[in-house]
Amino acid sequence: MVWSDLLIKEHIVPIHFVLLVSRQGKVRLAKWYSPYTLRERSKVIRELSGIIPNRGPKLCNFVEWRGFRAVYRRYAGLYFCMCVDEGDNELELLDIIHHFVEILDRYFGSVCELDLIFNFHKAYYILDEILIAGEVQESNKRSVIRLVRAHDSLVETAKEQANPLSNMLPQATI
Amino acid sequence: MEQLKTIGRELAMGSQGGFGQSKEFLDLVKSIGEARSKAEEDRIVLREIESLKRRIVEPGIPKRKMKEYIIRLVYVEMLGHDASFGYIHAVKMTHDDNLVLKRTGYLAVTLFLNEDHDLIILIVNTIQKDLKSDNYLIVCAALNAVCKLINEETIPAVLPQVVELLGHSKEAVRKKAIMALHRFYHKSPSSVSHLLSNFRKKLCDSDPGVMGATLCPLFDLITNDANSYKDLVVSFVSILKQVAEHRLPKAYDYHQLPAPFIQIRLLKILALLGSGDKQASEHMYTVVGDIFRKCDSSSNIGNAVLYECICCVSSIHLNPKLLEAAADVIARFLKSDSHNLKYMGIDALGRLIKLSPEIAEQHQLAVIDCLEDPDDTLKRKTFELLYKMTKSSNVEVIVDRMIDYMISINDNHYKTEIASRCVELAEQFAPSNHWFIQTMNKVFEHAGDLVNIKVAHNLMRLIAEGFGEDDDTADSQLRSSAVESYLHIIGEPKLPSVFLQVICWVLGEYGTADGKFSASYITGKLCDVAESYSSDETVKGYAVTALMKIYAFEIAAGRKLDILPECQSLIEELSASHSTDLQQRAYELQAVIGLDVRAIGSIMPSDASCEDIEVDKSLSFLNGYVEKSLEKGAQPYIPENERFGMVNISNFRNQDQLEVTSHGLRFEAYELPKPSVQSRTPPISVASSTELVPVPEPSYYRETPQTAPVPSSSDTGPSGLKLRLDGVQKKWGKPTYSSSSASTSNSSSLKVVNGATQVDGVSSGNSKTHETSYDSRRPQVEISEEKQKLAASLFGGSSKTERRSSTGHKVAKASSHASEKFHTSKSTTIYSADNVVEKPNLVQPPPDLLDLGEPIVASIAPSVDPFRQLEGLLDSTQDPGTFGGTKAPDFMALYAETPAGGRSAVTNPSQISKGPNVKEALEKDALVRQMGVTPSGQNPNLFKDLFG
Repeated sequence: MVWSDLLIKEHIVPIHFVLLVSRQGKVRLAKWYSPYTLRERSKVIRELSGIIPNRGPKLCNFVEWRGFRAVYRRYAGLYFCMCVDEGDNELELLDIIHHFVEILDRYFGSVCELDLIFNFHKAYYILDEILIAGEVQESNKRSVIRLVRAHDSLVETAKEQANPLSNMLPQATI
Repeated sequence: MEQLKTIGRELAMGSQGGFGQSKEFLDLVKSIGEARSKAEEDRIVLREIESLKRRIVEPGIPKRKMKEYIIRLVYVEMLGHDASFGYIHAVKMTHDDNLVLKRTGYLAVTLFLNEDHDLIILIVNTIQKDLKSDNYLIVCAALNAVCKLINEETIPAVLPQVVELLGHSKEAVRKKAIMALHRFYHKSPSSVSHLLSNFRKKLCDSDPGVMGATLCPLFDLITNDANSYKDLVVSFVSILKQVAEHRLPKAYDYHQLPAPFIQIRLLKILALLGSGDKQASEHMYTVVGDIFRKCDSSSNIGNAVLYECICCVSSIHLNPKLLEAAADVIARFLKSDSHNLKYMGIDALGRLIKLSPEIAEQHQLAVIDCLEDPDDTLKRKTFELLYKMTKSSNVEVIVDRMIDYMISINDNHYKTEIASRCVELAEQFAPSNHWFIQTMNKVFEHAGDLVNIKVAHNLMRLIAEGFGEDDDTADSQLRSSAVESYLHIIGEPKLPSVFLQVICWVLGEYGTADGKFSASYITGKLCDVAESYSSDETVKGYAVTALMKIYAFEIAAGRKLDILPECQSLIEELSASHSTDLQQRAYELQAVIGLDVRAIGSIMPSDASCEDIEVDKSLSFLNGYVEKSLEKGAQPYIPENERFGMVNISNFRNQDQLEVTSHGLRFEAYELPKPSVQSRTPPISVASSTELVPVPEPSYYRETPQTAPVPSSSDTGPSGLKLRLDGVQKKWGKPTYSSSSASTSNSSSLKVVNGATQVDGVSSGNSKTHETSYDSRRPQVEISEEKQKLAASLFGGSSKTERRSSTGHKVAKASSHASEKFHTSKSTTIYSADNVVEKPNLVQPPPDLLDLGEPIVASIAPSVDPFRQLEGLLDSTQDPGTFGGTKAPDFMALYAETPAGGRSAVTNPSQISKGPNVKEALEKDALVRQMGVTPSGQNPNLFKDLFG
C-alpha cells in the first residue's frame, strides 16, 4: 500500500505516532511524527480504534498492524497508543506511555479524561517536552513539569497584562 | 482602583468558562462529546469550520480571541477535518512578540504542517530570530518547531544558531538543540557531517538529561558506522555502570529503577558496538551481568531492561555465562502469566536461537502453548519464531500450521506475509515433490490473489525446470503429480486467478506428457475453466494458449485431432472477443491447427519451455531488404525519440522536453492504448514459449463489472450481438470493486466474511477466540500428550523430549527462588482455571472500567453518551467517602490489567498524595457541571482519574 511505503520512505522515526482514543473511538489527542495525509490519519484512527478497544484485558498490549506494532495501554476509559516499527522494545514503550500519564497526572493533579478533553493543547505541550521527533528526550519527570510550569506562569502574567479592563482603567480616570 | 481591577478580572474570567477557554468553545467540545454518531460529529465540526472560516478573517480580532481560534483549528484538525484555510493565521501567530501567542502559533504549525509545506518558508525567518532570543522559553518553543518543520533546504538557515545553542546555559535548551541536530542528520547527513564531534562532546554534558538525549543521535551514527565509535565503548560501559549503580539524581528514577530509559538506550548502543567484536564485547560482560543480577524483574520496566540485556547478549560476542543468565530470564518470561512477557520471551527466544538451538528445546511446551493461544499477537510472534527455526526435519509440521492459521485469518496484510513465508520455507526445505506441490496448492487456493505474481511464475519455472538435479524421472514425476493434483482441484469453485493461471499453464505444457490423460479430457477441463471464469481475461488467455499447445502436441505426435464441440464454440466466441489479446490467441490457435506436422514441430516443440529463445533485436535479417529500399530512394528510419526531439527543438527551443509534454500543445499522436499494442507484438512462436509473461494485465479489465457472465459465454447463437453489448456495459459500468463483489457472491462464506468491514471482522473474531480461551485452558492437562507429540515433531524426536524435562529440572534448580515462585503460580493457574475468570468479579469495579472485550460492550459503546448518560452522579460525588470508595477498586482493576501497574502504583509516592485530591476532583466536578456536563453513576469514565 502506498501509505505504508510512506513510512518506510521517511527517515527512521522510532515512534510514528501517539494516539489517545476513548473507548467510544473519540480522538482525544493525536500527534504524528511520520508524515501522514489527513486521509491516512483518519484511516489509521478508524482502524486502530476498531481493533484496540475490542481486545480482551488479558491479551498482549501489543497489536501487529500493517507490519507495524501498536502498543497500547488503557487508563479508565482512555486508550493511549503508540506505533513503532517491528523489533522495538515493546515493554519500554508501555512505560513511555506510563511515564507520559504520570506526568499528566502530576500536572493536572489526578488527571481525568475531561482534563484532556478541555485542555488538549496543554497535553500537547507536555508531550512535546517528553518526545521530540518520535524519541524520548526527557525521562526526568521533574524537569518536564518545571518547564511546562514556567510557560504557564508566563501565561498568567500575560493574561494580567492583556486584561482589557485594566487597559481601560487609565482612560477611565482621565 | 484595586477593586475595579479585581472586578474586571472576575468579569474576564466569567466570560471564559472554567478551563481557560470561551463558553463558545467549551460548548463545541461538549456538543461533540454528546454527538451520538460519527455523522453527527462531522456535521457539528463542519458547522464549526464554516463559522471559523467566516470569523477568522474579520478585521481587528483581539489577539486572545485569535489564539482561541487557532486552538479551535487544532481541535478541528485533530478530529480529522481539513483546517488548511487557517494555517496562514497560525503562521502569523508565530510572528507575535507575546510568548503565549507565539507558543500557540508554534504548537499549531507543528501540528498542521509537514516539512514539505509551502508555508514553512514564512516561518524560517521567525525561527531564526527566536533562536537568538534572550528568553530561553522562546528558544525552546522555536527548537520544538525546528525539529518538526525544518527541511533539507532550510537547514543551513538555522544550523549556525542551533550549534551555538549547544552551549546554552539552560539544559533544556541544550537538549533540544541536540535533538534538532539529530533531526538534521536524519534529513540530510551531509549538512551536519562536520558537526558530528559535537555529539561526542555532549556525551560528557553536566546534565544527565542532555547526556541521555545525546544517546539518540549516537545510536543512529553507530548504526551506520560502528567502527568509528569503538573508542567510546569504555565510556558507554562506564556510564551504564554508573547509571546502574544509582549515581544519577533521584529524579531520573522510574519505579525505583535508576534511569531505565537511559539504560535501555545504552544497552542498544553496546549491542551495536559489540557485534562481531570480541575485544569490545569483553568490556561489556561485567556490566551486563550486573544488570541481569540487579534488575527488578517484578516491574514492567525492569523486564524491559532485562529484555534489552538479552538483545545485547545475543548481539555481542558470545559469553556462556551471560547466555545462561539470558536463558534464565527467557524461562521466567515464558512461564509468566502475562501475555506481554510471554510475547517478549518468544521474541527473545528467536534472538538466542541462532546462538544455541537447545534453548528452544527447553521451552518447547511453552512455545506450543503460545502457538495455540487465542491471542493473535502472541500467535504471530510464535510463528515468527517457528519460521526462524525451520529445518528440513520439521518443515512439514510448521508449514502445515502456518497454512491452517493463514486460512483462519481475515487480515490481508498478514495473510500475504505468512503466505510468502510458507512458499519460501517450502521451496527451501521441501522433503518431497509431492508435498511441495500439495503445499503450494493450499497456499494458492487460500491466499491466491494475495500472493505475488512472481511466486506463481516461480512455481511454473520450478515445475518446468525440476529441482535442479539432473534427474529426469524425478522431474517428470513432479510434473505428473502436479498435473494430477491440478485436475483434482480444478473442479472446485472460485479458485484465485493466479492459481488458475498456473494450472492452465501446467496442464497445457504437461497435461498429456505422461500419457495418463487423454487430450480430450484435458481440453474439456480447460474449456470448463475458461467458461466458469469468463470474466477473467488473463485466465482465459492462459486457457486458450494451453488448448493450442495440447492440440499442437497431438498433431506433432501424429494423432488425429479431436476437437470437442465446447472447445470449438469457445474458440469461435473468443475470435469475436472485444479483447484483442484473446482474439489474437484464438486466431493463432486456429492457424496452428491448420498446419502440418513438420511446421508444428518447429513452432511448438514439446517440452521446450525451458529453452532460451534468441531474439534478434537489431532485426539483421531485414538488412538486405532495407538496403534495397534505400537504394530505391526510401527515407531512412529515424528512431522515435529523435523524431520527437526535432519537433520540440524547432518549436520551443529553450524549454526542456518534460515541460513541453506537460504544458505545451502536443504535436505527436497520442500513444495507442497499451493492451492492444502488447498483444499485437508477440509473434506466434514467442507466445508459445515465453509463457511466463504471455498475457498483459491491463488494469481496466479488473474494473469492469460482469453483470451476467455465464449466459454471454454459453449462448453461442447471437454471440456477436451479445459481445457487443457486453463491451458497452464494460465501458460505462461501475468502476472498481463492484465486479469482484458481484462475482464473489456465490463463493463460500469465508469470502463473504472477507468482504465485511474490518471492525466487524475483528470484533467477531475476537469474541470467538475469547470464548475458546477459557475452554482451552481447562483440558490443558489432558491434551498435554498431544502437545508433546507436536513438540517432538517441531523440536526433534522423543528422546529430545526427555532431555527437555531433565534440563528443565536443571533450570529450576539453578535459578533462584524467583523461578520457583513462577512454578507455583503456574501450577495454580492450571488447577484453578475458573479462578482466572472470576478474578474481575472479586475486584468488583464499575462495569465500564474492566473492558472484557466482549462484543456486547463494544456495540453499545458508540451509542453511549458519556455526558448525558451520567445524570445523577451528583449525590455520589458530593459525598467524599463514597467517591473515594468507588475509586479504590478501580485503581486495583486498572492495574490488574498490566503486570507492572500493580507494583508501580503501590510504590509510586505520588499515588499516596492522591487521597486529599478528592477535593480537587470535586472542584473539577463542580466546574464541569457548571458548564452543563453532568456526570452520572453509570459511566463516570470521563471523571475518573486516569490513575485511580
